[in-house]
Amino acid sequence: MIEVTDLRKSYGRQGKTLAIDGISFTAGEGEIFGVIGPDGAGKSTLFRILASLILPDSGKALLNGHDVVNDYRKIRQIIGYMPERFSLYQDLSVEENLQFFATLFHTTIEENYHLISDIYRQIEPFKKRRAGALSGGMKQKLALSCALIHKPEILILDEPTTGVDPVSRKEFWDMLQRLKAQGIIILVSTAYMDEARQCSRIALMQGGSFIATDTPQGIIDSYREILWSVEGSRITALLYTLRQLPGVKSCFAFGERLHITVREELHLEELKQELVGQGFDDLRIAPIKPTIEDCFMAIDNQ
Amino acid sequence: MKKVIEVSGLTKRFGHFTAVDHITFDVKEGEIFGFLGANGAGKTTAMQMLCGISKPTAGSGTVAGFDIIRENERIKCNIGYMSQRFSLYEDLKVWENIRLFGGIYNLSGKVIERKTEELLERLDFREERSTLVKYLPLGWKQKLAFSVAIIHDPDIVFLDEPTGGVDPAMRRQFWEMIYEAADRGITVFVTTHYMDEAEYCNRVSIMVDGRIDALDTPEALRSQYNATSMDEVFRQLARKASRSE
Repeated sequence: MIEVTDLRKSYGRQGKTLAIDGISFTAGEGEIFGVIGPDGAGKSTLFRILASLILPDSGKALLNGHDVVNDYRKIRQIIGYMPERFSLYQDLSVEENLQFFATLFHTTIEENYHLISDIYRQIEPFKKRRAGALSGGMKQKLALSCALIHKPEILILDEPTTGVDPVSRKEFWDMLQRLKAQGIIILVSTAYMDEARQCSRIALMQGGSFIATDTPQGIIDSYREILWSVEGSRITALLYTLRQLPGVKSCFAFGERLHITVREELHLEELKQELVGQGFDDLRIAPIKPTIEDCFMAIDNQ
Repeated sequence: MKKVIEVSGLTKRFGHFTAVDHITFDVKEGEIFGFLGANGAGKTTAMQMLCGISKPTAGSGTVAGFDIIRENERIKCNIGYMSQRFSLYEDLKVWENIRLFGGIYNLSGKVIERKTEELLERLDFREERSTLVKYLPLGWKQKLAFSVAIIHDPDIVFLDEPTGGVDPAMRRQFWEMIYEAADRGITVFVTTHYMDEAEYCNRVSIMVDGRIDALDTPEALRSQYNATSMDEVFRQLARKASRSE
């Protein structure tokens, strides 16, 4: 169980920069708890406090009953932590890195092989290769293997799939789902909204606070904007034109179409005629259901 | 239309390993060209050859009008490059980074001064002029890095995963900067792992095992592979890979 109560942390002279501004949450066994937020929201600071690497100014955080400040030695035995930057030994081979981490925790690769076999098997053919010479996807698999080799109860993963291609990301998340099923608590941050969808619960973080915490479906259900999808030719010109219209609150590209939020008084046909009048053709406008990414954009737009 | 990149049979071997395997393609002036592929498919090696920092084992071509084998030094002066990992000096201030890169590209003091003002104005960065780059949020850094990469108005800019780890709102702002650069006539060559961003490109190529297995507009690729999204197209192609990273 992760139990966080009113955690605060500031940086700089006289605490000028507030990084964590009173965060409270709990996450239980068999949960993947996702933290989603813009860059600089404080996600990494929060994770570092929970990993006992930096001290909070105030508040309390317990991981399976152990305090991250007072019981830091115990904390380090029960957590696996993957920092944002690749931080294994580049000059050691794949196998040597894994052995190193196993030894640090007084265990062996053989003893806990069953925990990592799914993911480690994929990089085992390259076990003699230097870690620094691995591609992005393989580095992440090795880092996860190293974070798991001492059989942690809680995994803390700071943007583990940044720079990883879609196929490898899917494999990585399949692995997280299996670890979750084994009862490991997973705390993860991500910039990919398809990954946010796969969490048990997510917290949307901004300016050092959690502004919403719910299941992905719950976050979507609490979306309050009127959301339409717009397709048409000359999509870039369409984007800038839509932003100028008084009835349109926001307009963003979503793949090959645009998502717009509009004021209540704007009617779909009216908008269509306006755009046709401005020389756009081939238009398809329709109300749509929001995705997690729409929810994120709505919060960021506030 | 003028071609900014034109390569034929481009190949790079390391010992027995063929990282890039006879790729042939071109990129037109003002185009936003998406260069996709799984980790380890050969994208970085291919980009290094296009930027003139790695000699091909075989093949030929031109970038910005210069031969990639004989005139690779001149290529470097006529392209911009930005990667996710390293683009700016963290321990220099915002204006110092602009000054440094302007100097590297041989701009005069006067031009650098003018460009600095323009750039700070456009990015709404005036208050951050004297901030050390390491104190900027990642999204801001990426916007600055992109502006600095095109400070010398190159024919083409290479962007290597410019939005890796960047949140959805900031990614969209970044892509709007890419559109603006393309509107000004700068050709954009970009790699990404976000498949929604592949849709924002005029044309997209997908590398598998060192080869270019698909190249067309996103729309044409979706219909060719009978897919509803570029994500699906990518998965279909990447599944064929025999090379394990």
